[in-house]
Amino acid sequence: MTPTAIKLTGLACALTALCLAFLLWGLRGPVGFILELRAIKLAALVCVGAATGAATVLFQTIARNPLMTPGIVGFDALFVLTQTLLVATLGGVGVAQLPDGLRFVAEAGVLMIAATVLFGALLRRDAADITRMILTGVILGVLLRGLSSMVQRLLDPSEFAVVQQAMFASFGQVGRGQLIAGALTLGAALAIAMRHAAALDVAALGRDTARSLGLRHDRLILISLLLVSAMVSVSTALVGPITFFGLLCASFARAWMNTHRHAVLIPAAALMGAAILVCGQFVFERLLRSGSTLAVVVEFFGGLLFLVLVLRKARA
Amino acid sequence: MIETAHLDLHIGDTQILNDISLRIEPGVITGLIGPNGAGKSTLLHCLAGLTPVTGGTVRIDGQDPFSADDTARARMVALLQQSPAIVSRLRVHELVAFGRWPHHQGRPGPDDARHVDEALEAFDLTALADRPLETLSGGQRQRAFVAMTYAQDTPWILLDEPLNALDPRHARNLMARLDGLARTRGRSIVIVVHDINAAARWADRIVAMKDSRVLAQGPTQQVLTPATLLDCFDTPFDTIPHKGRTLVVAQ
Repeated sequence: MTPTAIKLTGLACALTALCLAFLLWGLRGPVGFILELRAIKLAALVCVGAATGAATVLFQTIARNPLMTPGIVGFDALFVLTQTLLVATLGGVGVAQLPDGLRFVAEAGVLMIAATVLFGALLRRDAADITRMILTGVILGVLLRGLSSMVQRLLDPSEFAVVQQAMFASFGQVGRGQLIAGALTLGAALAIAMRHAAALDVAALGRDTARSLGLRHDRLILISLLLVSAMVSVSTALVGPITFFGLLCASFARAWMNTHRHAVLIPAAALMGAAILVCGQFVFERLLRSGSTLAVVVEFFGGLLFLVLVLRKARA
Repeated sequence: MIETAHLDLHIGDTQILNDISLRIEPGVITGLIGPNGAGKSTLLHCLAGLTPVTGGTVRIDGQDPFSADDTARARMVALLQQSPAIVSRLRVHELVAFGRWPHHQGRPGPDDARHVDEALEAFDLTALADRPLETLSGGQRQRAFVAMTYAQDTPWILLDEPLNALDPRHARNLMARLDGLARTRGRSIVIVVHDINAAARWADRIVAMKDSRVLAQGPTQQVLTPATLLDCFDTPFDTIPHKGRTLVVAQ
């Protein structure tokens, strides 16, 4: 086995061990019931971690910047806006009546189209000027958040409660239908991303070089944007917006695997994301008994890493 | 042969290429010279079929690069752009292997490995093959990118200022290698150069551009005259015969 394969296998083993620990640690009382609860939570954590890690690696390649996450340019803000608009048009009761899975598919579909149009235009115009692209993206994120909060003010208080539930990152309650739809979407997105892994390596060389090598660059970027949207939908629908966590997964994956190859980076970041979340939730919920703070802590360390990377880059 | 007829490119009101009609001979080195902003890089991108033109036609050995399938085009003509982006953790042999992409689309075979080894050898990179690009000097990086373009194994090679960041020794070595490729392998090379004496020394033919037009084209000796150079660069030059070639000195 190559060192890369050993490292990936090691990651997978670590994740499996963490999952088992999460499921079985301190198990007592009605075993079947508790196991089911834990299994649902575990599945959600794995999905969110994997989706966020893989989406960030993909997005960093598209944006050709290892500091980017889909959250920074407002992918999840767009998702929250989608949800808000859905509640505003269908009404809180209408949305609540939609089956979980169908609601997810509708939201993810809208996000995929909107994100591809919006960020596709952004990447096309400003791809050469990365600083401008980040700034435009950040401002776009603020605009989208502003738009959602404006629409939220227009909502009935009871309908607002439906939106609010989706707005904050929480690993507490996850719908089973959403989970199944999300897991299927994530599986498909990961499979497609892996099929394009070698092409993504070429795309990382930049548009001109990639095109000169005969890569259908713009088509690949479009596919990647759709994949990123699908993965962000999975994580945002399950737990709400998270901005910096993906940076943590992608940076660790790059540093540890020490390669530029997407065939390695995508699974590594996905495994790492899942492992960090499961480990974090395990520590907080089982050992410290305060499960709700995980999102905050993960974001704190992700944000810290972002600052460190920016400062290091500024010095270099 | 690359032939262009009345190539025209404008973006908004800005004319970038204006009525460019060229014949670029195969099997030789053609130097593209001209002041900054004359349109040399854009012309190179148009010749490679990467920047669509607003008028006129390009034919590479009779084929239209704009209508050709991307893979077919990438097997016909390779373009190395000016200062390409560096991907972190990318090793020299991996970069050179990207040159084989048009031939294998992600599934390299033994033939591709052979081409990569040959390219590494030809550009004196075998000892650096495992080094990540970010640890190399500017000149070494430049050589690695030229080696990638070479590994693409196309009859036409277009290079945008490959001598940037190269010291005299490496600049000379690179040009001598390109010269060898043209002489012994019949590769056709178009190269944008700022150093007129490098063009005078190595190019068989010269295309001189100014203000988005072609000012002169032909054999090196015929184009590099004081009158044409004054016209092209708005700077007076003397030309001195030296070892059977022309030496250009700014007055």
